[in-house]
Amino acid sequence: MTMTPSGIALNRFGLGVRPGDAPVTDPHRWVEEQFDRYQPVVMQADMLASRTQIVQDLMDYQAAQRVLRAAKAAAMAAPAPMLAPPIAPGLPMAAPGMAPPMTAAATPPPALVEPKSIVRDQHILQAGRRIRNAVATDTPFVERMVHFWANHFAISVDKMELVGLGGLMEFEAIRPHVLGRFEDMLVAVEQHPAMLIFLDQAQSVGPDSEVGTRANRNGRKAVGLNENLAREIMELHTLGVRSGYTQADVTEFARAMTGWTVTGIGRGGLPKPLTDPLPVGSFVFAPTLHQPGARTILGKRYDQQGEAQARAVLADFARSPATAHHIATKLARHIVGDDPPPALVARLAKAYLSSNGDLPTLYRALIAAKEAWKPAPAKFRDPWNWSIAMYRGLGSDRSDTFAKAPDRNLVGAFVELGQPIWRPGSPAGFDDIAASWAAPDALLRRVELASRVAAQAPATVDARALAARLYGDALSPGTAATIAGADNPRVGLSLMLVSPEMLRC
Amino acid sequence: MIGSTKIDRRSLLARSAALMAMSALPTTLLHAATAATDKRFVFIIQRGAADGLHIVPPMGDPAYAALRAGFLDSLHGAHQLDATFSLHPSLPKIAALYDRKQMIAVQAVASAYRDRSHFDGQNVLETGGTQAYAEKAGWMNRLLPLLPDGRALALAADVPMALRGSAPVSSYAPSGLPQAQDDLILRVSRLYGQDPQLEGLWNEVMQTKGLVGDLAKSRGQSPADLGKVAARMMAGPEGARVLMMETGGWDTHTGQTGRLANQLANLDTLIATMAEASGPAWNDTLVLVATEFGRTAAINGTNGTDHGTASAALLLGGGLRGGRVIADWPGVAPGALYEARDLRPTLATEAVVSSAVAGHFGLDPALVARRLYPAQQVAPVAGLS
Repeated sequence: MTMTPSGIALNRFGLGVRPGDAPVTDPHRWVEEQFDRYQPVVMQADMLASRTQIVQDLMDYQAAQRVLRAAKAAAMAAPAPMLAPPIAPGLPMAAPGMAPPMTAAATPPPALVEPKSIVRDQHILQAGRRIRNAVATDTPFVERMVHFWANHFAISVDKMELVGLGGLMEFEAIRPHVLGRFEDMLVAVEQHPAMLIFLDQAQSVGPDSEVGTRANRNGRKAVGLNENLAREIMELHTLGVRSGYTQADVTEFARAMTGWTVTGIGRGGLPKPLTDPLPVGSFVFAPTLHQPGARTILGKRYDQQGEAQARAVLADFARSPATAHHIATKLARHIVGDDPPPALVARLAKAYLSSNGDLPTLYRALIAAKEAWKPAPAKFRDPWNWSIAMYRGLGSDRSDTFAKAPDRNLVGAFVELGQPIWRPGSPAGFDDIAASWAAPDALLRRVELASRVAAQAPATVDARALAARLYGDALSPGTAATIAGADNPRVGLSLMLVSPEMLRC
Repeated sequence: MIGSTKIDRRSLLARSAALMAMSALPTTLLHAATAATDKRFVFIIQRGAADGLHIVPPMGDPAYAALRAGFLDSLHGAHQLDATFSLHPSLPKIAALYDRKQMIAVQAVASAYRDRSHFDGQNVLETGGTQAYAEKAGWMNRLLPLLPDGRALALAADVPMALRGSAPVSSYAPSGLPQAQDDLILRVSRLYGQDPQLEGLWNEVMQTKGLVGDLAKSRGQSPADLGKVAARMMAGPEGARVLMMETGGWDTHTGQTGRLANQLANLDTLIATMAEASGPAWNDTLVLVATEFGRTAAINGTNGTDHGTASAALLLGGGLRGGRVIADWPGVAPGALYEARDLRPTLATEAVVSSAVAGHFGLDPALVARRLYPAQQVAPVAGLS
């Protein structure tokens, strides 16, 4: 299978060919000119509830839970039997292969009331916007980069508090900065409530802060540092693992980060004059939680006060050659192949450092790299990229059936494929190598989904003609013959959707 | 493939891989490679760093109560294993297996990894290297050529690192999607006929699909269903002999007591169901439960624990001479901790794995250690089978 420069632009740099897409005559330009047209605001954003509404809803739910628990405790003290309210149906199970938390408990779970449906519905609605935006976008490379960064700064909506916030982090912290500077995206992400809650930063307290001192004087043990976010920023978001930092650096950075929290759903006891002017679900720096004093991280002393301290550390991390190398490797792996050439990684890292982390400069270096334009397919598409390419290939952006398909079904398919949206199960995000996705069972699931999608396509679609249109010169005679040999249009279309030409790019 | 005349693609694959592996080995190994074929080995990985100090709590260590005062309520009703160790109360069925001498708990155990990244730690645990990403294949895959018919399966949609490598491995996870019609399945086989990578994957899943039958129709993702599917996958002469399952959710930075109790109840059900559904084959089954590293000895500021070093592992099986805790107990007094924060490792996970697996399959422990962990010197541990 040999890809043409036009096919590489549309598939490897883009999100797959749509039936109406003209062949690309100037592939480099085709990618770069998307920078001028990209829209940070996701389509149909007006359908989404605001962060304040979602957090308020969550707080109402938590308050109702407390009442219920108190009632339950009282009922258990009394002899009368109490009927348990129905258990809230959970979200679909975690991704198989991504180490699902085993949610179906053998012991009866504590009775839960259904949170006001807004939180759960919002997750589906947000994920639905993500899918539809990707299927319809005219700036598919930039959209790819949004998905790339969202997976780099992965959150996972396994935590109840995250369900309604997960998508908002991508919309509010990633999308506006995808063509900006890395440092700005980094700060926006680390100050987003979804991240502060996902990695427990909102609960962390400086042991010698005002709140910490008071609590420890009162003998309350469970108040102190939580180093989860600090470690993952260093390991996953910036410097990269084994880049030379120590446990002491992690702990010092965790101390610098204390005070970074969220109004409404962070740790309680924040001073009212600080939080009252802000809507719930806002980032806030709480001096009463901050560990006082200067910090030393990777040999450098930070004697800033307050929020500026961790900001200064983040700025240094963003400018570090280790970060440049880490990001260059991941980006090259995402587009050019599972084992990107070291020379290319070095060029990308240089572009990043010399531009002070300017992301369009980094992307341009990638687009200019001849390694990225090799005609042999470079990547085995993960379920996300395969599905989006499949929907684009079927012209779903102009299809009534697709427009009317419930978001719930579209979103649920990614659970079946092992890549649930915003739920990688770990802060490392989903893997980006073929070995993680090209597995026997995963392949069968793709065939099952393709068959379902093909059944909903208009009967007028001729898979033979469509395959020629989408794959062009890359269509192998074997695939063409197998599609042509199908005894009904649905089978032909299914085969086209799971062909090697669609699975790789 | 002793006693079988049926030659299918899968057995050819398995055999040629085994032959290739054996042809490079000295004759003593060929001799050693005649293990009994009805033995089964299951590895259940706990991803996220499970807290061994909470799962097999050293209640008899005087320093423990002070260290974990905030968690003691959650250990009410813990099953006493010996003078020092107990078992978390959410593991009642595993406690019953212990009483029937079918469980060994191993404490203060850690892989060669000494840092605190989940992803590097899991990579070391699964590849058997001394550094993350130094080994390209997993130790379970390297075990396969030592077995005469080492059909291996991951009960997951993809193949975890421990099973990846040159020996053929399949993966299976029950799916909620409607099953594709037979005609399409047939034509996909033709479509992938020209593509070596896709053809191999496709043939693997077609082999496996036939084995599960009706369980494929249920979502099959509750712990009890998973236990049944695992037993079903290992049943009969064509069943898997090496199987891996993944569990997640052990990274308890906050609210540890409730979350851990849930996780453990699920693990308890999974293993008990697997034991029961295996029938007499449970006597030929060895299950290993292990995690990438442990958690901090002290409780952190948010009623949880952070990334640590040594943890606990469990061995289970009907043929085990169990009912014992194996530990060179370092203690949890402040001066005894590793880097003044974590349980100090005194036993190597690699030694536990190779000794237990060798004992189970009747292989030479030193040989198994060399093959599974070529990058390190592993001293065998006595009494693990």
